[in-house]
Amino acid sequence: MMDRESPVTEDELHAFVDGELPADRQAAVETWLAAHPEDAARVSTWRAQSESIKARYAGIALEPVPARLELARLRRLERRWTRAAAAAVIAAFLIGGLLGWFGREMVEGGSVLGKTLTTDAMDAHKLYVVEVRHPVEVPGAEAAHLVQWLSKRLGYDLRAPDLAAIGLKLVGGRLLPGPSGAAGFLMYEGPSGERFTLYSARWDAPETALRYRDAGQIAAFYWVDSNRAYVMSGPADRDRLRMIAQSAYDQLETRGPGKGSS
Amino acid sequence: MSAFAKDLEATIPALRRYARALTRDAEIADDLVQDTLVRALRSQHLFHGGDVRSWLYTILTNLNRNRLRSLARRPALSPLGDADAPQMAGPEAGGRDIERALAALVEDQRSALLLVVLEGLSYREVAEVQGVPIGTVMSRLARARAQIRSYLDGERPALRRVK
Repeated sequence: MMDRESPVTEDELHAFVDGELPADRQAAVETWLAAHPEDAARVSTWRAQSESIKARYAGIALEPVPARLELARLRRLERRWTRAAAAAVIAAFLIGGLLGWFGREMVEGGSVLGKTLTTDAMDAHKLYVVEVRHPVEVPGAEAAHLVQWLSKRLGYDLRAPDLAAIGLKLVGGRLLPGPSGAAGFLMYEGPSGERFTLYSARWDAPETALRYRDAGQIAAFYWVDSNRAYVMSGPADRDRLRMIAQSAYDQLETRGPGKGSS
Repeated sequence: MSAFAKDLEATIPALRRYARALTRDAEIADDLVQDTLVRALRSQHLFHGGDVRSWLYTILTNLNRNRLRSLARRPALSPLGDADAPQMAGPEAGGRDIERALAALVEDQRSALLLVVLEGLSYREVAEVQGVPIGTVMSRLARARAQIRSYLDGERPALRRVK
C-alpha cells in the first residue's frame, strides 16, 4: 500500500542519500522532497559532502601500494618480530626483577595496597593495552593452558573470570614480575576494542571490599581476598568499571560453592 | 596464494584510503594498515568465513581507537582528531575544508561516515564493524553530517562584523 502522506523521517533521508532506502519508499521520499525544499536542501548538502570526501580521498586507493605493505614482506617481518618480542620479555623480567629488589623495602615497609600494587597494575595496563602485535603472551583461545600456567607460577589458583555476559572477551594473558614473586595479568576486550585488565598477585593483607582508584585516563578497582590481590583496570568510566570488577569479584571469590567446573 | 591472502591483498588499496581519511596523515595511515594486515595474518585461524573486507575494516577501526587512546595520555600530541579541539579558523580552499571538517568530528562519527560514504559499506556492515546497533550508526551519521554542515557554514560568519 502506497501512502503518499506518510511523513518521511530523517533516517529515511539519509538512507535515500546512501542508496539504502527500500524500493517501496523511493517514490514517497521523492514526492516529499519535491514538497519540502528545506529537506531537499539538506539532502543536496549531504550529497555535496559525500562528493567532497570522495574527491579528496578516492585517489589514494589508486596509488601503488608501498613495498612495506606487501604481504610476503609482512610475513617475514612478523617472524622477526616474534623473536624480538621474546628478547623484550626477557629484558622486562630482568629490569622488573631489579626494580622489585630495590623497591622491596618500600613495599614491605608500608603495605599500602592502594599505592604500590595498583600502581604496578595500572602501569602494566597502560603499557600493554596499546600494544598491537603482542598484547598478551598466551591468547585467550588457549584459556585453559593460560590459567594453568599462571596458577602454577603464582602458586595459587587463578581463574579467568568469564565476562562474556557483559560483552568482554578474553584476549589472553601474560606473566609479570609482582611485588613478591610473580603476578598474573589477563586482558579483556569489549565490542569496540576497549580493553580492561585484571592483575593478580599474592598479597598478605586483610581482606577488603572493592576500592576505587582514579588516575586520570584510566582507573582501577582493587580488592584483597585470601591473601591474593586483584586489580581491575580500564578506561575511567566508574560505573562500567565497577560492574566489570564486581562480576570478576563474584566469580573469583574463594568461598562459596565452586562455580568453575573446569 | 590462498583465497584468504588474495582477499587480503585486494583490500589493501581500500584500507589505505580509509586509513588516510580517518587519520589525515599518510605515515600514520600506512602504519595502521600495516598493523591491520599483521594482525589479520596472525589471527587468520580465527577467521571463520564471512566477509574479509568487513573484518579488516573492523580491525583497523579498533586499532585506530586504541591509538587515539594512547595519544590522549600525552595531551601535547592530541589536538588533532580530538572532538574538543578548538576549530582552527581561517579560510582555505579545496579539499582542505572537508579535511578539517572531518578532523573536527568525534572518532566514531568520522568512522561511520567514512565507511558509508567513502568505502561504500552498508549500514548493516558498519554496525558490525563498530559493534553497535544500526540505530546508533544512523545517529552517528546524522550528527556527522549536521556537524560538517555547520562547520563549513560556520567559518564565514566568524569573519563578519568585528565591531
